[in-house]
Amino acid sequence: MATETIIWLIPLPPLLAFFLIVLITNRVKWLSHSIAVGAALLSFIGSMVVFFRAIGVEHLGEHPFEASVRWLATGDTSLHIGILVDPLAAIGLFFVAWTVLMIFIYSVGYHNFGQPKGDHDRPGLPPHGATQIDAQGHKHAVLSVEPMYSRFFAFIGLFAFGMYTLVISDNLLTLFVGWEIMGLCSYLLIGFWFQKPAARAAAIKAFITTRVGDVFMLLGVAYLYSQTGTLSFRTIFTEGTLKHLAEQPSVLPWFSIAGLIGLLLFIGTIGKSAQWPLHVWLPDAMEGPTPVSAMIHAATMVSAGVFMVIRIFPLLSVGAEHGMTSAMFAMGFIGSFTALFAATIAVAQRDVKRVLAYSTISQLGYMIAALGVGAYVAAAFHLVTHAFFKALLFLGSGSVIHGMEHGVLHTGDHAMDPQDMFNMGGLRRKMPVTFWTFLAGGLALSGFPLITAGFWSKDEILADAFAHGYWLVFLVLALAALLTAFYTARQITLTFLGEPRTEEARHAQETPWTMTLPLVVLAIFAIGFGWVGIPEDFLGLHLPANWFHEFVGGTLANPPEAIQFNFLPLLTSFVVSLGGLGLGYWVYKGVKAGSADPLEKPLGRLYVWIKNKWYHDEVYQRLFVDPAYWLSEQFAYLFLDRTVIDGFLHLFARLGPWIGSSLRQYIDLPVINGLIGDGSAKVTQTLGRNLKVVQTGKVQQYMLFALIFALITLVYFLFTIKP
Amino acid sequence: MIPLSWYLIFSAGLFCIGLFGVLSRRNAVAILMGIELMLNAVNVNLIAFWRYLDPEGISGQAFAIMVFAVAAAEVAVGLALVISIYRRRNTVVADDIDLMKW
Repeated sequence: MATETIIWLIPLPPLLAFFLIVLITNRVKWLSHSIAVGAALLSFIGSMVVFFRAIGVEHLGEHPFEASVRWLATGDTSLHIGILVDPLAAIGLFFVAWTVLMIFIYSVGYHNFGQPKGDHDRPGLPPHGATQIDAQGHKHAVLSVEPMYSRFFAFIGLFAFGMYTLVISDNLLTLFVGWEIMGLCSYLLIGFWFQKPAARAAAIKAFITTRVGDVFMLLGVAYLYSQTGTLSFRTIFTEGTLKHLAEQPSVLPWFSIAGLIGLLLFIGTIGKSAQWPLHVWLPDAMEGPTPVSAMIHAATMVSAGVFMVIRIFPLLSVGAEHGMTSAMFAMGFIGSFTALFAATIAVAQRDVKRVLAYSTISQLGYMIAALGVGAYVAAAFHLVTHAFFKALLFLGSGSVIHGMEHGVLHTGDHAMDPQDMFNMGGLRRKMPVTFWTFLAGGLALSGFPLITAGFWSKDEILADAFAHGYWLVFLVLALAALLTAFYTARQITLTFLGEPRTEEARHAQETPWTMTLPLVVLAIFAIGFGWVGIPEDFLGLHLPANWFHEFVGGTLANPPEAIQFNFLPLLTSFVVSLGGLGLGYWVYKGVKAGSADPLEKPLGRLYVWIKNKWYHDEVYQRLFVDPAYWLSEQFAYLFLDRTVIDGFLHLFARLGPWIGSSLRQYIDLPVINGLIGDGSAKVTQTLGRNLKVVQTGKVQQYMLFALIFALITLVYFLFTIKP
Repeated sequence: MIPLSWYLIFSAGLFCIGLFGVLSRRNAVAILMGIELMLNAVNVNLIAFWRYLDPEGISGQAFAIMVFAVAAAEVAVGLALVISIYRRRNTVVADDIDLMKW
């Protein structure tokens, strides 16, 4: 099959799976997940074929796989939509295909396929467990299957469709379509357990927060279309178009058109990739099932935001030879700030998934900051490695929670929070596969030197920031990396090392192979993927060419030069990752059951501050949510609805009878009845009464009258008519 | 030959006598007689005009004969009515016959 045909077909299987499951097979659990996983596998195979064909092409950046169809004629121009696989999209396909497939397989185990139906499970709530009686008549509490099992696979199928569409799009419009499909699916999936009030609130929060960014992004897309008449990347990223956009002033006086469009599109990314100040939805999104967290936080949705800004990097960076463009400055600032700020919050979280959520925000900040300093390849590199190791960590944490839920069923203490890391400890012996894979992911996240993927990508970002002379960005990112290593060590130590701190942790169990297999596969990537991007002159050696840099750099018309090797950023990477890991282990190694966080005392007020996430939720509550409620209550409801609209309605209601009674009183009764009805009768009567006296009945009188009138007539004619 | 105006004056006089009779007599029969006089005054007029202004045509004579016929019919009906009233009410005074009063 032609490569272009395969690319067209890649997103379709998950979409078909969605419709099949929703419409037909939703009652049959095994069939539903087989369809979904099969569809993911088909897309995976297609993606791999395309990927391996793509890496075999010389100068793929100049001659990418592309095809398009005319879709919508608008005035003089017509909108083309199509597919484009250049090096960036090929890399995107690679990591999306792998992570999506692994997440699909993992979901089978996570939702307890093969377990009995729950004793009192209801749709919209997480499964509570079932009671089984064995041959000897003993009762066992076991995990129960998810009541809405099929629905979950339908949703993640649609989600995967959105992501594939976004990756292979050759234009901003279909990219935006995929983007919004994912927005919808994230809403549905975060609110998957919709009977939990927290899940409902989180779903709405995620949807509305990302919508803020999306509106700006749509404005950017519309502005771009109005200026260029096209949304296709390769048409826009020609030198003439970019130059035109960069030189024309926009509607805002201090931006060029390119600058303003870049900023608007970047705001979309801020929402989607959970950058400060729109990051608040992502930690709450943890209310969804864990595979959803992995989908949203690793493989797909948040990566989509970064993928989009990498995609439009030529537009963002046009004019960058005179220093940072306004969009790049915004990215450098927001990215590095987010990286540091989210890392501080992650340090004080107790929920195993929330730590990872903030870590995701922080790592996405890294990528954004990397783009801000112009480190195009490094951003793409970190995007891919992060997708692998963060998916691994999320799935690992899901596995941990799952294991803990076994313990909860054993003890029967449902008040215990199976996600709180302080309730865990010592899980390495109970869950060895989860432990080793989680360790691989954790080390990759903290950038453990030389062997992990995270080290190479993070090091490249730091080296880029350093080489381009952005000192502040470099320092902030280095500090964030230190914190990252610290909270990762904290998480691993609290969860897996030491002794079990609760009875539940003591009775945790390793999860089934459907969950551990994806962990192992992802762990291999979390370690090994970094080796494709080792700098050529690392440590002054002469290594084989940096394949990733050459390949992805080829996407741009002017591929970026590899930066000179420098010991200082490398040393920084070493120190922050090893130092952070060591410090974290040292602080948390001896935490006893029931004791507080060891940092709580020494940090004091600062600890409360970061534990409460810098009070963002509270501030947003005051600044946006409360005014919105006030507006809807006081203005929309009480003023507009009750006063204005109801007022009009009541006015009309009163006006009707009033008009009716006035018509009756002033028209009907006096004019119609009085004047026309009774009046004419009365006039006739009076006339008759007064004229009847003429009727004497005397013939001679009549004759006399006749004579008199005849005479009068005669006289009249005699005097008026002249002969 | 006698001028036309003499005939007209004569006829006007005859008409006035008839009219006076109609208006002043109490007896219904006398009133009918007054009417006859008036009709004949008209006839004189008709004949005179015919003779003096249009002797070739016959319309004057034709109308005069018509008037005779009508007058004869009228007297026949009128007298029958008077006799009928007299039989019922025992009077022929016109003023007393006021059944059509309001």
